Amino acid sequence: MGAAQDHVQVSGLRITAPAAGGQETPIVSDVDFTIPRGQVLALIGESGSGKTSIAQALMGYARGGCRIAGGGVRVGDTEILTLDASQLRTVRGSRIAYVAQSAASAFNLSRTIMDQVVETAVGRGLISRPAAEAKAVSLFRALALPQPEAIGGRYVHQLSGGQLQRLMAAMALMTDPELVILDEPTTALDVTTQIDVLRAFKRVVRQQGATALYVSHDLAVVAQVADRIVVLQRGRIREAGDATQVLERPADIYTRTLMAAARPPAQASPQRPAPQQAPPLLEVRGLTAGYGRVEAGVPKIPVLRDVTLSIAKGTTLGVIGESGSGKSTLARVIAGLVAPAGGQVLFQGQPLAPTLSGRTREQFQRIQLVFQNADTALNPAHTVSRILGRPLAFYHGMDGRARNRRVAELLDLTQLPAGLADRHCGELSGGQKQRVNLARALAADPHLILCDEVTSALDTVVGTAILDLLAELRRELDLSYLFISHDISTVRAICDDIAVLYAGQKVEMGPRNGFGDAPVHPYTDLLIGSVPEMRRGWLEEKEMAATLPPLATAQSANLCCFLPRCAARVEGLCDRLPPPRIVLGGGNELLCHHDGQALQHLQRGRQSAISP
Amino acid sequence: MTPTVPLREESMAKPASTAASRVRHWLSGLSTSGRVGLALVILWLVLGAAGPLLAPYDVGAFVSPEVFDGMSTRHWLGSDYLGRDVLSRLLSGAQYTVGLALASALLASATGAGLALTATVSPRWVDEVISRFMDTLISIPSKVFALVLVAAFGSSLALLLLIAAATYTPGAFRIARALAINLNQMDYVQVAYARGEGRLYIATAEIMPNMIHPVLADFGLRFVFIVLLLSGLSFLGLGVQPPNADLGSLVRENISGLGDGALAILAPAMAIATLTIGVNLLIDALPGRGRRITGGR
Ligand SMILES: Nc1ncnc2c1ncn2[C@@H]1O[C@H](COP(=O)(O)OP(=O)(O)OP(=O)(O)O)[C@@H](O)[C@H]1O
Ligand code: SF4
Ligand SMILES: [Mg+2]
Repeated sequence: MGAAQDHVQVSGLRITAPAAGGQETPIVSDVDFTIPRGQVLALIGESGSGKTSIAQALMGYARGGCRIAGGGVRVGDTEILTLDASQLRTVRGSRIAYVAQSAASAFNLSRTIMDQVVETAVGRGLISRPAAEAKAVSLFRALALPQPEAIGGRYVHQLSGGQLQRLMAAMALMTDPELVILDEPTTALDVTTQIDVLRAFKRVVRQQGATALYVSHDLAVVAQVADRIVVLQRGRIREAGDATQVLERPADIYTRTLMAAARPPAQASPQRPAPQQAPPLLEVRGLTAGYGRVEAGVPKIPVLRDVTLSIAKGTTLGVIGESGSGKSTLARVIAGLVAPAGGQVLFQGQPLAPTLSGRTREQFQRIQLVFQNADTALNPAHTVSRILGRPLAFYHGMDGRARNRRVAELLDLTQLPAGLADRHCGELSGGQKQRVNLARALAADPHLILCDEVTSALDTVVGTAILDLLAELRRELDLSYLFISHDISTVRAICDDIAVLYAGQKVEMGPRNGFGDAPVHPYTDLLIGSVPEMRRGWLEEKEMAATLPPLATAQSANLCCFLPRCAARVEGLCDRLPPPRIVLGGGNELLCHHDGQALQHLQRGRQSAISP
Repeated sequence: MTPTVPLREESMAKPASTAASRVRHWLSGLSTSGRVGLALVILWLVLGAAGPLLAPYDVGAFVSPEVFDGMSTRHWLGSDYLGRDVLSRLLSGAQYTVGLALASALLASATGAGLALTATVSPRWVDEVISRFMDTLISIPSKVFALVLVAAFGSSLALLLLIAAATYTPGAFRIARALAINLNQMDYVQVAYARGEGRLYIATAEIMPNMIHPVLADFGLRFVFIVLLLSGLSFLGLGVQPPNADLGSLVRENISGLGDGALAILAPAMAIATLTIGVNLLIDALPGRGRRITGGR
């Protein structure tokens, strides 16, 4: 009976990749699963676990050099793997649709969105152009895109990442496909955008009665959309079953590891140093910065506006904010790579020169920068020992044996095998690269490390290991960190204090405990509330963000920067006067017209998403 | 978790690498086409260096009563349009082409890359000055440039070398500058700046190793262009002076034998082809093998 109900059936699927010496290595082995009609099945696993390979095999596709070596894929009554190339093409555009991780690269920059959305359906003669456009508009509306009638006339550069992701889904759904494959469709988005996109996907897939395969590494996201879950590790199925059962009673130890990694527990902060009389390690005062020529104290592309922060010795300050809020710019200014247009940066009480040329060797040494993407942060032409040896020679004048010994110690400190020293970084895994990246900063003997999204490019399990390492190093070496991230749960896990950036302004700052419960700044509230929880039904409980009425007055530079998106704004006040800086009971300092009590009242209904 | 396979044995067992073993290791990593290229390049370097010693006749001697003669035991590659021995002329021409073209291509690429690195790591105005100067240089037609210089100083090998190098330096500079500017934005270079490193270190240790491969590929192309430029100059009487000739001029002066498929034109043409193909094969097989070159593509 099962065969009649199950819409998609994958049996004994094997995919191989070419290996050295003409051999083949399996990348997917013995994968079996079925998807009943109209249900959503999620494939989850770390990077490299074969998720995308399986998803593509459902369309009869294997990427460069790989080969579908065995097994079967049935969609409806069609055996996909027995089709020839032209039959596959027909199936792909119409019966099976694919939504990729990065929508921006799937669209042509020089044609309007509408042209591209209706292209396949009209080109195949399935529907007339006007009918297709009408259908596209209704899909735009269903996907909660702004101005559904007009948005089709825009070009790629006029749209945000989240909008493009939804437009790509509209394109995929135009032909009423019976199977939709979504490959990490929200991974590249901010949490606040992700929630809208998830909601839109879910509703539309359900409305169309399509069957869906959802590929993701994020269990909490999967919990919102999936009916069934398949957990993969190294190309094999570790666990498969009903979503509720897998999430609530995971049977497999690997699934439990994944779940633990998804929400890192808060690390106990080492005994917080008593507020001393000594100046803080780093102080940023009234910083204004950006890119391009500076005119009248304002750069051509202004990014940071009047940011004030401080980091005491031995503590960690977390900085969170959406993409483009200026987090990396802040780290660059502190490191001296971008000169501030106004304000001051003080290190150990001494003002730091705005540019590199005015700084002393001691200042360079004590502040080290660790970039987000270890792939680009390590010179591909150098070996690990050369990368680590350079700061040793540069700052400490070490050479020969002393340097080799210290390199070995650093590898050991960052839990890397000593044999790695002779390798080039292209021969390391993502997690190993990030450790080398960190080891290079440690080689300088710094007091402060600026960590820019150090775990964002890693999958959760590897990322958690790096966070543990950071915490351990901090205890052992008495380091301070400026820890930049867009993920509030990561920041909450390892930071003592948190600063929230929105559009280059610090809207809130305080000790991390101040971020567990209401009241917080309305933007922080939105950020926290958008982090999916690892239980089913969370998405449904979240009430739709009320669509805000457009602003009556034009926004002026002094007003609250969050005004256009703030659900708590007060007409006649927020759009007239700049917000005052207020201090709440929990120690949080924020920019808002509301006081603590009012915010408490507004946010009362919210459950804390991230309290440990 | 990241795999933590102990790799200690591997690094300890590594033999003290002698020069010979390093060469052997390097060769074993070369692809077949790379080895063919290497063999051709070595062959032409040897012929270029030792050619005149091996030549059976004098370059300018009229030794055969026949023009465009075929292969014979006396003249292995036949005779040319004036009845001179092709083999002897080829061996002597190789010296000019290999020596002159190689030297000027090296000079052009090295100057171009050096200036590009300087422009990249220096203050903005230095970049402006160098770039404007190169724009000026590139806008002068090379043949006219050569004509003026030869008229002023008289033709000499050193002058030819300078002319060829000056003609191709701006192109090499542009390509190298585009590469270097991209690499300068890479995170690892930014980290080096933030470490307080000097400009010289950043240019030579951080940027240069990552642009060496594309610059070499560009060098291969420039070498071919310079061989052609030199033969063009010889045709105008500005190049290597008769009775000496470089490979390009051997082709040109025997062009009337083309219809008969005379060896006198085929031999130097083949010589140019094997030389330039050899250089390019070798360069394509050089470093970057297996390792990813990030950025700058
Ligand atoms: N070199 C540059 N020239 C001009 N504008 C830039 C430059 N670098 C960044 N910007 C702009 O500055 C703004 C802030 O960028 P920044 O990299 O600091 O953001 P971010 O908070 O780190 O974002 P993400 O989370 O995406 O890394 C963005 O609008 C960006 O487009
Ligand atoms: S000042 Fe007004 S608009 Fe700004 S966050 Fe507070 S309530 Fe919202
Ligand atoms: Mg950033």
